[in-house]
Amino acid sequence: MKSWITTTDHKRIGLLYFWTAFAFFLIGGLEALVIRAQLARPEGVGVSAEVFNQMFTMHGTTMVFLALMPLTASLFNFIIPLQIGARDVAFPRLNAFSYWVFVLGGVFLNASFFVGPLFGTGALSVAPDAGWFGYANLTSRQYSPGPNIDFWVLGVQILGVASLAAGFNFIVTILNMRAPGMRMLRVPVFTWMTLVTQFIVITAFPVITVALVLLMFDRFFGTHFFVPAGGGDPILWQHLFWMFGHPEVYILILPAMGIVSEVLPTFSRKPLFGYIVVVYSGILIGFLGWGVWSHHMFAVGLGPIADSVFAGTTMLIAIPTGVKIFNWIATLWGGQLRFTTAMLFALGFIAMFIIGGLSGVTHASPPADLQQTDTYYVVAHIHYVLFGGTMLGLFAGFYYWWPKMTGRLLSETLGRWHFWLSLIGMNLAFFPMHFSGLLGMPRRIYTYPDELGVTSMNLVSTIGAFLIGVATLVFFWNLFRHRRALAPGAGPSDPWGGATLEWAVPSPPPVYNFSVMPVVEGRLPLWRTARHEPIAPLPATPPAPIHVPGGSWWPLITAAALPVMATGAVSRELWVVLLGVAVLIVGVYRWAYEPFEG
Amino acid sequence: MSEPVYFAAVPRLKWSLWLLPALACRGPFPQSTLDPRSDFSAAIDGLFTNIFWWALFVFVVVESLLVYAIIRYRARPGAPEPKPLHGHTALEIGWTLAPALILVFIAVPTIRTIFATAGHAPPSALRVEVIGHQWWWEFRYPSLGITTANELHLPVHTPIQLDLSSADIIHSFWVPRLGGKRDLTPGHVTRIAFRSDSAGEYLGQCAEFCGVSHANMRLRVFVQPEAEFQAWVAGQQPASGPAAAGGDARVPEGRQEFVRNGCIACHTIAELPQARGVLGPNLSRVGSRTTIAGGLFANTADNLRRWIHNAPAVKPGALMPPSLLPDSELDALVAYLQSLK
Repeated sequence: MKSWITTTDHKRIGLLYFWTAFAFFLIGGLEALVIRAQLARPEGVGVSAEVFNQMFTMHGTTMVFLALMPLTASLFNFIIPLQIGARDVAFPRLNAFSYWVFVLGGVFLNASFFVGPLFGTGALSVAPDAGWFGYANLTSRQYSPGPNIDFWVLGVQILGVASLAAGFNFIVTILNMRAPGMRMLRVPVFTWMTLVTQFIVITAFPVITVALVLLMFDRFFGTHFFVPAGGGDPILWQHLFWMFGHPEVYILILPAMGIVSEVLPTFSRKPLFGYIVVVYSGILIGFLGWGVWSHHMFAVGLGPIADSVFAGTTMLIAIPTGVKIFNWIATLWGGQLRFTTAMLFALGFIAMFIIGGLSGVTHASPPADLQQTDTYYVVAHIHYVLFGGTMLGLFAGFYYWWPKMTGRLLSETLGRWHFWLSLIGMNLAFFPMHFSGLLGMPRRIYTYPDELGVTSMNLVSTIGAFLIGVATLVFFWNLFRHRRALAPGAGPSDPWGGATLEWAVPSPPPVYNFSVMPVVEGRLPLWRTARHEPIAPLPATPPAPIHVPGGSWWPLITAAALPVMATGAVSRELWVVLLGVAVLIVGVYRWAYEPFEG
Repeated sequence: MSEPVYFAAVPRLKWSLWLLPALACRGPFPQSTLDPRSDFSAAIDGLFTNIFWWALFVFVVVESLLVYAIIRYRARPGAPEPKPLHGHTALEIGWTLAPALILVFIAVPTIRTIFATAGHAPPSALRVEVIGHQWWWEFRYPSLGITTANELHLPVHTPIQLDLSSADIIHSFWVPRLGGKRDLTPGHVTRIAFRSDSAGEYLGQCAEFCGVSHANMRLRVFVQPEAEFQAWVAGQQPASGPAAAGGDARVPEGRQEFVRNGCIACHTIAELPQARGVLGPNLSRVGSRTTIAGGLFANTADNLRRWIHNAPAVKPGALMPPSLLPDSELDALVAYLQSLK
């Protein structure tokens, strides 16, 4: 137990990220099911408007910050050092810090569901209720007087710290800790997309950090950055939020694109088609992702020039995205496809992401978007991208790398059930939303009149959502069932015949990862190619002792300071804030002077 | 609904709805974006149809390639190792240029439509100020001296310019069959311009999340033939002096209750000099409206009673405090409000 809490081993942190993020994924899923149960019928009777608004706010916030990002972080942690031939990440204790900040920030945010009585609100829950986008000036103290938005502002701020710390950590790791011979254009595509993702993180998160600081000042200290009556402007919030929010979409999708770029070659027995083009198009998506934020704001009325420019930049993104899809299909072309569960999810990713991408093009056009934005059409779009894209991609990654992470194979039979139920469920849930949106159903409504004519579409969506729930339970069972069924290490270290370095080490890998440092001669070090032989098997035991740093308490203690400070702010107890500051100072100091042999 | 009505309701994309015949037969869809009744919404619908066909074309081509590859190249026992193809420059250039070309076909009409629908109405246009409130709509006709709420009356075939602003937080004005949505932002004035091509009743609602009762912020637009519209305008003009008590004897008593219970603090009634409040909807001709409470309920005596008795109980978060008046006073108030036609 202690060894897990104090661990700085990237593999253990990767598993911690997985289980924690998966728990939050289940919570976010339950919130989605409450939403869908309410909307199954018109004139919604089930939960109150207040509860419904908390549900969609926390569903969005949880899925983005507490489920999808940390699930990608789980794979970054476990796989990246193995793929590049490193013994750990560059800053192992900072890595543990990121994890603990994420967990505690998530707990802080979700604690708002249960602490209403402490604020004398009469309701149990004071969860955030202004949407995951938290548009000003609804979030001002005047229009949201309760602690709900305080929890959101401070919780998301804390989670940003975790993402930023991890972002720097992985950039340094990928740039500096590659094995001998692994030039940048030999780096596996998953690692490449991670690198691009982390550059987006360290440039996008400061923007939301600033926005949240301004909002915090508005709410706690009476400033007027977003309050029109005081000379502020709520539109400023929209610019800041989407300057973060759109790059955030690529933070969520690029890792999944990286996963698919690893899974397809392995199960096609062919190298990735157009490696360099796939890498460059990923970089291009990262860059272009910075210049499109106002396409979330076409209904604001920014003027025809601004709308035209942002329409143009948004459409440009379709080009590198399309190029990636063509390269994936070309990877399949002429291959020997093995339909493992990982491969099914990767193929499902491509098929569904095409739909999400194409509906995205329809609202890249500002006039068309004026009818689509803030309707269920956009809900359909984001779920084709984030569930059909990111989640299917992540499932592909977990089925692919689970044997590496645990030494145990997941059941392929259950995996196929999981895949098909997910695919059918998501299409039942999200495809009818295109129609309900075009037929006039706005987002974020807890009730709708029968006369809109969208009742049966909503019922189908609800059935689909519950089917996704069943699929997720199958996955959950798969994770547990095999825990009992197979001992770790019982499976082969490489069940798939992968080409990249992580498959050169045992499954699960020893704490030092590589017994000797491999020397890399190409992009596919474990495959025989025209230019080189597969690298020789690594010795089972290291020829010389390998120093592995011990654990440390200080990342956890330093991380704990942040929710303490936030709790003080929410409860208006200055001494609690100061206590948090004190813990932070002590934590950082002791961290800095911790003896090397901890 | 029978087929012909359904066809008429969804003229352009009707075939795409065949994909869901069981779902689509409920029509008509009063808030549909696919059933345009103005130049603005028709321009958007035409553009969307154009993009939709391109998207469908790309969808069919790419998904077919994917499905073909999945079936054609599935692993067969004893097959030789696949050739390790690393890339193909001509192909890469080809599938970079092809989507770029399609995007040009989308971008050109897009930008043309952006400028055509930028909210510039001719000077002769009827101007209406739309002001968003939590959770109702205020409509002011500066040239006609009319202020009303939640139900917008417009003449058909006449250029309309809506000047949109907000009294509290951000809302979004959306009547899909008349045009695309536009935000109402405090501190800003935004515009929509359109000309409706057919008379009718069109539903809309707030599209930007605006708090507890966002779902209950609805509106109706009555596009009327010119004569009908002028009759409505005439009916909205303030009567000279207190209206002649027509029929119901409780009307004078209700008028007193309206003053005595503090309704006048938030509501304006033109004929009642004490009632000059501006926080709530102007009730000068509330009896002529078809709905109350932000378009949520039909304007019936029963609904009015429930609404006045305890507004937050029937519309979450409603800012009008519960009056909890006894029945006799409620009856009088309802009779008075219904007399304001």
